[in-house]
Formats: sequence, structure tokens, C-alpha cells
Amino acid sequence: MTTPALRLEGLSKTFPLGRTLFGPERPGVRAVHPVTLDVMPGETLGIVGESGCGKSTLARMLVGLLEPTTGTIEIEGAALDNADPAVFGKRIQYVFQDPISSLNPRKTIRQIMDAPLKLLHGMDAAQRRARIAEIFETVSLREEFLDRYPHEFSGGQAQRIGIARALAAEARILILDEPVSALDVSVQAQVLNLLADLKARLGLTYLFISHDLAVVEAVSDRIAVLYFGSVVELGRAEDIFRAPRHPYTKLLADSAPVVGRPLTAPEAKETELPDPLNPPTGCAFRARCPRASERCAAEVPMLAEDAKGQAAACFHPLGG
Amino acid sequence: MSFLKLLARNRLALGGLVVMGIVVLLALLTPILPLKPPNITDTGNRFLPPFSDGALLGTDHLGRDLLSRLMWGTRLSLAVGFAAALVAASIGAAIGIVAGYYGGRTDNVIMRGVDMLMAFPYILLALAIVAALGPGLMNALIAVAAVNIPFFARNIRGITVGIAHKEFVDAARLSGMSDARIILTEILPNVVPVIVIAMSTTVGWMILETAGLSFLGLGSQPPVADLGSMLGEARSALITNPHSSIVPGVMILIIVMAINLLGDGIRDALDPRLKSGALNRPLPATLVAPTRQPESQQNEGILTLDNLQTQFHVKDRVYRAVGGVTLSVKPGECLGIIGESGSGKSVTALSVMGLVASPPGLITGGSVHYRGEDLVGAPYRKLRTLRGREVAYIFQDPLATLHPLYRVGDQLIEAIRVHRAISREEGRKKAIELLEAVRIPNAASRVNDYPHEMSGGMRQRVGIAMALANDPEVIIADEPTTALDVTVQAQILSLLDDLRRERGLAIVFITHDFGVVGQLCDRVAVMYAGRIVEEGPTRAILDAPRHPYTAGLMACVPELGGGRRRLEAIPGLPPAVDDLPPGCAFAPRCDRATEACRAGEITLDRAGDRALRCIHPVEPQEAAR
Repeated sequence: MTTPALRLEGLSKTFPLGRTLFGPERPGVRAVHPVTLDVMPGETLGIVGESGCGKSTLARMLVGLLEPTTGTIEIEGAALDNADPAVFGKRIQYVFQDPISSLNPRKTIRQIMDAPLKLLHGMDAAQRRARIAEIFETVSLREEFLDRYPHEFSGGQAQRIGIARALAAEARILILDEPVSALDVSVQAQVLNLLADLKARLGLTYLFISHDLAVVEAVSDRIAVLYFGSVVELGRAEDIFRAPRHPYTKLLADSAPVVGRPLTAPEAKETELPDPLNPPTGCAFRARCPRASERCAAEVPMLAEDAKGQAAACFHPLGG
Repeated sequence: MSFLKLLARNRLALGGLVVMGIVVLLALLTPILPLKPPNITDTGNRFLPPFSDGALLGTDHLGRDLLSRLMWGTRLSLAVGFAAALVAASIGAAIGIVAGYYGGRTDNVIMRGVDMLMAFPYILLALAIVAALGPGLMNALIAVAAVNIPFFARNIRGITVGIAHKEFVDAARLSGMSDARIILTEILPNVVPVIVIAMSTTVGWMILETAGLSFLGLGSQPPVADLGSMLGEARSALITNPHSSIVPGVMILIIVMAINLLGDGIRDALDPRLKSGALNRPLPATLVAPTRQPESQQNEGILTLDNLQTQFHVKDRVYRAVGGVTLSVKPGECLGIIGESGSGKSVTALSVMGLVASPPGLITGGSVHYRGEDLVGAPYRKLRTLRGREVAYIFQDPLATLHPLYRVGDQLIEAIRVHRAISREEGRKKAIELLEAVRIPNAASRVNDYPHEMSGGMRQRVGIAMALANDPEVIIADEPTTALDVTVQAQILSLLDDLRRERGLAIVFITHDFGVVGQLCDRVAVMYAGRIVEEGPTRAILDAPRHPYTAGLMACVPELGGGRRRLEAIPGLPPAVDDLPPGCAFAPRCDRATEACRAGEITLDRAGDRALRCIHPVEPQEAAR
């Protein structure tokens, strides 16, 4: 069996609330419940979920911008060590959601591109120039952009620059955190296709995070659905929305606007997310779930695979 | 360059700059000017009045030439003031950046220390420092600088906290940068403008403080004088020989006034929020160009737009945001306007009720008819009675449109009271009814919630309730579900759909999402570069788009259930609306474009219930492929 490109084991994050002036220390807010996932080399794992489900917290832990509370991260078989930014940046990189705000407004594109080449790979000026030219060619950007400042670019161009910067580190794993959410649809497709080409050409592994089900489905091999900080379903991209097993996945799939489908609210009840300060017992989805039973309130369901390898964390999965 | 221009636009700041420039120049030139030595006493000629022979400003109690002492004193005061400002700014900024960047415990320890420093009255603190170090100009400088460090530290810390959490700092870390390097190359360049602003507004203050210490005899020591000690020495002769006090006093006034005016100007010119025109108060209604040609109503409908044109005039550029849009909506009908960012769909919607910010917005042509009456150029009073009562808006971000400090119920009551007088009791009852109408559970208790206590979906329901408050005939919804999650979006859409059926509302729904249009709208208009390129019944257009842009855009959107695939993309970027090509704006991105497309105006041709602006349309059989 091949070593996974990325292996998360029991990874969780709890944000401390701090103590009140006189009271005892309060329990923290659990943003990500223990998550165990493998991403194979060359695979694209999609992660979908609604706002507040913990997908960005998860992503930021993977690139060392947040310290996990429990669990381990292994990259290509070796434990993640974020002590030295110069080592770590070469193994995993991150593409940000907002392309403009991820570029320092007071630096030229060349200065931005130089940083990873100089600091991670110790290249001299001539080497850097050659390498930047090569990368810009790959992401179809013109070299004359290099001496401009970020505000002169449109969202799509800025996102290409963000991708170029991530490529400059030569990491083989990219975490893409909503890379196209800020872009117009006609430009979104350009960037998605660029990402697909890069992956095929450079043998990259992607973790693709998005709230847009259709986009995730179009780019991913496997998809993990996140709800309230937990993976509730994990399966092949072509199956997961067509034949969901977890009721939440089904709700998501039914909510996505599809041309020609009559307009009905897929659920009648109040769709409040559970309160993170006062999390429910058992399954976090049970208050919204038509299939909820007493068992759902008592125990937390674990991810369990069915015969086809589609895993759902549900005591009463659909279609089986 | 633009900084100087902005500064020059502020007359007072320009005046301050000129005065300050002259004062600094004179101070610099003092050693080579033909002045008498400042410290030579000549008791025979004490208290000579101004304009005496050989002493233009007179002499002081020891017969020293006041002009010479004033020039040397100014030189000293300026030098000390600027030096103190530099020292305070450097140390304060360093403290602020470190505290703001590292946060947590470091921040806590540093900032509590700074707080303790601030707990003492500043002049007491300065006196204590001078008392400890002994009198002298250098020690006065240290005292003034130390007293002002907290101001800089707090200011810069606040800015740094904001920047340290920006994504580009995370990106720099992933590029392998160490903390020290991030502070120096990522954070510092972004806080320098703030440091400059803070300095420019405090230099004057520091000159005053130094003068104050010198006045008390703790700063410059005789015989050397700065402006403060000149005042101090003249104090005893204030009544008998006022000129010896007035001369340094006026100079202090001039310097501090000039610096403060200049400082305010620098702040206004450097502050990015002010630069973008946030200080320009927009007019209550969009301006209408005097050259506007009204259009007669062309279609049936409760609300019609007839060749509406809206432009933004920024400096010498003209942005044609809306370039002649004709649309209509009937009661009970939902009209979708679809387009990408910059296509002019929002400006079209805001133009209807004159809500485009003016300046820079300007309606330059066409008409908006509501029940047959032209609203463009209507008096503000008229627009005000129509806004909210007849035509209501729902905006994209409910958190930004609801006031954070008022309960949602009170905001609803206010919306009703603008148009008719009702009692609080009645208003409250109506507010609860409205919240029930938008299906907020527990409306009677939710009415007392503040906006932050509600989820995004709930807040948007309140936004819709507010739009419904006065039973309007038309609702214009500008991307009302874009900020919401899909499960919530589905509920809001079905709510809007029910409301229009129950109440016969006409809805203009602006979006970029074909799925939403397909589910909610009866008719749809596709906008590109400020113009409608295709319009017709939703079903017909989604089944068989004729304009290459519509077809291309639809192909770009992945549809759920399609599995893994390569998406179609439209090459290139939308054109900038201040530089539109002649002919079809889509031609540069279109694979069907010919010379004729680029040559001249392409008209929007109507055939049956569809309209199309293209001379090489996609044929139905091609689209079916």
C-alpha cells in the first residue's frame, strides 16, 4: 500500500474561551471534532460544508497556521513539524480564498514571488528570475505583471498569482481554501481548469475546500462532508450527492438550486446550527433530521463504511 | 504625487504647509543670517520697544536682541519637538508592533505597562522624569518623548492587530519567512502611513510640551533660550513690557497652528478610507444630467426602465455602468437580472429609486416609470414617499443593512413609522406579524433580538420583513442569498416565491446564479458590460440561449450531479466600462465574432417574447448538442 500524501489522525481543535474574572475556566469551543482522513498522492479530496462547520479551521491546522489541540498530521509519511517555516513551507502550501487580500498591497508581484524562492530554496537572483519566468508560463501569466502592485489585478489574475506563489514553494500538496469563491463564474472555470492542468502536469495532491457542491463535485475524486466540525460522510465524488447516505448530505444536495427543479424549501423546521457554546449530545444533526431516534441523542455516531466504501456517520443511513 | 495633490486640495493644510515651510527654512538659515549674537547682554538698552533702531523686535530685560533670540529659540524648539516626536514614534511604534503581532501574553504584559504609564497626568509624569534626570534641554526631550510613547504604542498596536491577521501575513509565513522578517517586510510598510499620520498630528503638541517644561525652567538653561524659556523669562515683565512675551508667544501660536493644519491635511490625504471619498456625503438622490432625454414608456408593467443610462464620473474618466437598459416588470411577476460583477446589474437596480451615490453617480439618459410616472428627476420628497412604501429593496448583506445597536423590532417599527403614524403598541404588533410572515419562529420573542443574536438566514428574513413593512408593490432584491448557505438560501427563495404569489408582488431579482434564476424567475435579462444582451422567458433562455455570452456563461457553471469533468471557460476578462470597444462588448471574448461585430452598434432586437443583441446568435440546434 502506498503512503498517503496526507494523513490526519484524530485531529481536533478547541478554541479556549479563557476564564472569567472570578469563575472557573470555561470549556472551550470545539471547532473541529477529531478527524481522521487519508489523502492519497495525486488525489483531490473535496471538503464541503456550510459556514461555521470548521472547514477553514481544519485547513489552517494542516498548513501549521493553527496549532491542533489533539491528533497528528503526517505528510508523506513524516510527522508535520512547523517549528522551522523554511522546511515546512516546502512540503505543503495553501491557496487563499480572497486572492487580493492574500497579497501584500505594498509589495510588487516580483517581491512576493521572490520570498519563497529565496527563503525556501535559497536561490540567487538569476535563478529566481528564471524560475519565476517558468512558473508564470505554467499558470499563463505575463512576465510584465511582475513589477506591478496587487491592486492592479482583477480577482482571477490575483488568484493565478496566489497559485503561482504556492507553486514556487514546490510543495507537492496544496490546500485550496475556497479558491474560486471570490471569482465570477466565467473566471472561476478558467482557474479550476488551470488547477486541473497543474495537477496532471506536476503530480500534485489537492485538498479542495468549498461551500459550492457543484464545484467540489466537478474537481474531486473523493468528498468529505463536514457538519458542525465533524466528517459526517465520506465517499466517491460521483456517488456522494447522487446517492447520499447521511441525511445532511441529502439536505445539502436537495438545497442546491438546480434549473428546472421546482422551488420548495427542503426542510420546514428552523435550520439553526447547534450552539457551539452549548453543543448537543449525540449526533449534532439530530434536531434537523427527519430520521432522528432516541439513540441519536444518546450516542455520537461514528463513520462507518458500506459495501461500496461510502462512509457515513449515521445510525439510520439512507438507502441501506 | 497624488498625495501632494490631495494635500493641496485642502486649502488650510496647504496654508499650514507654506507657513511651516517658511518657518523651517528661516530656522535652518539662522546661523548665516546677519543677526546679532543672541546671548550678548546689553543692560543699557533693556526693553527697547519693537522697531527701535538696531533691534527690529526690540530687546528683552537684559537688552538682548529679541529677533535674534526668537530665531535661535525657534530653531531649538523645532529641533527638540521633532526629535521628541521621532523618538516617541520609533519607540512607541516598535512597542505597538511587537505587542500587536505576537498578541496573547506578550501583548497583555506590554500594554498593561503602557496603561500604567498613561494613568499619570502627562505633565506630572514629565515633571517627575525631569526631576529625576535633572533640568536640561536633553532631559526635557527625553521626558516629552517618554510621555508620548503610550499614544503611539496604542495606536500602532491597534493597526498591527488588524494587519497581523490578514491573509498575506499567513502567506508570508508559508513562504518561509521568520517572525522578524514578517514584521520588517510585511507589517511595517503597512503601518508606516499610520505612524506618519500620528506624528503629524502630535508634533505640534510636543513642541508645546517642550515649551511648557522650558517655561517652568526645566528645559533649556540660560543663557541659551528656546521659545518656552523666552516666555518664562519675560513673564515678570508681562504688564510693563508685553512685547517681550508677545514675540515668542506669537511664534509658538504660528508654529502649532501651522503644524496642526498640516497634520490634519496629511491625515486626510493618507487615510485610505478618506481617500476613497468616504468623507463625501452623497446627495439624497442620484443626480440627473441636464442633458438627459426622457423616454416614453415602451412596455406594459408597474415598473419600467426605458433606455436608462447611469454613469460614474471620476476625475476625467467616465464609467458607463448602465448603458441604456430597457426592462419591465408586472405585478406578481419575477424578473431576473443576471450578470457578473461589473456588469451593471446593481447600479441598474439602485438607479430606479435614485439610490446611486452622487457624486460620482449621474443618470444621463432614459426614464424609470412607476405606474406611468417618470421617477428620474422627480423631486426628492416624491422619491422619499415612494422608497420603501411602493418600491422596497433587499440587499446582499443583512448584517450591513441592519443597525447593530437597535433591536430588530424597533428597526421594523421605524421603517413603518417613516411612512405612516402608528402607535408603538400597534407598531410592535405589526412587527411581530411581519416576522411571522417571513416565518421566523417565536416571532414574539425574536422581535426583541439584536441583529448579532440572529443567524445569517434569520437576519435576511428580517431584511425581507423590513422590505414588506409598508406593503410595497415592487421589491428589488440585490443578490439577497449570495451571502447565505445553500440550505438557508433554499428557504429564503421559497419564501420570496410564496410572498409574491400571496401578495401579487412584482420582484426584480438580481443574481449571478443561473440555478436561482431558473427556480424563481419568470423572465430573465442577461447583462454584460452595462447592457442587456439577451432577455426572455426563463425557460426558453435556459433551454436555448441565443447569445454566445449567455451560452458560454451557462456552460461555465457546473451543475450538481454531473460528476467529475472539465468545465467550459470563457477566455479573457470582461471589459472595463470606462473603455468599452465599439460594437459588441463581448466580441473580444467571443469565438463567433466577425468584423461586423466590432464595427458598430449592435441593437437589441425583439422577436416575440425574446430580445437579443447579437448578429451571430447560437442556433437552437447547436445549443441542443
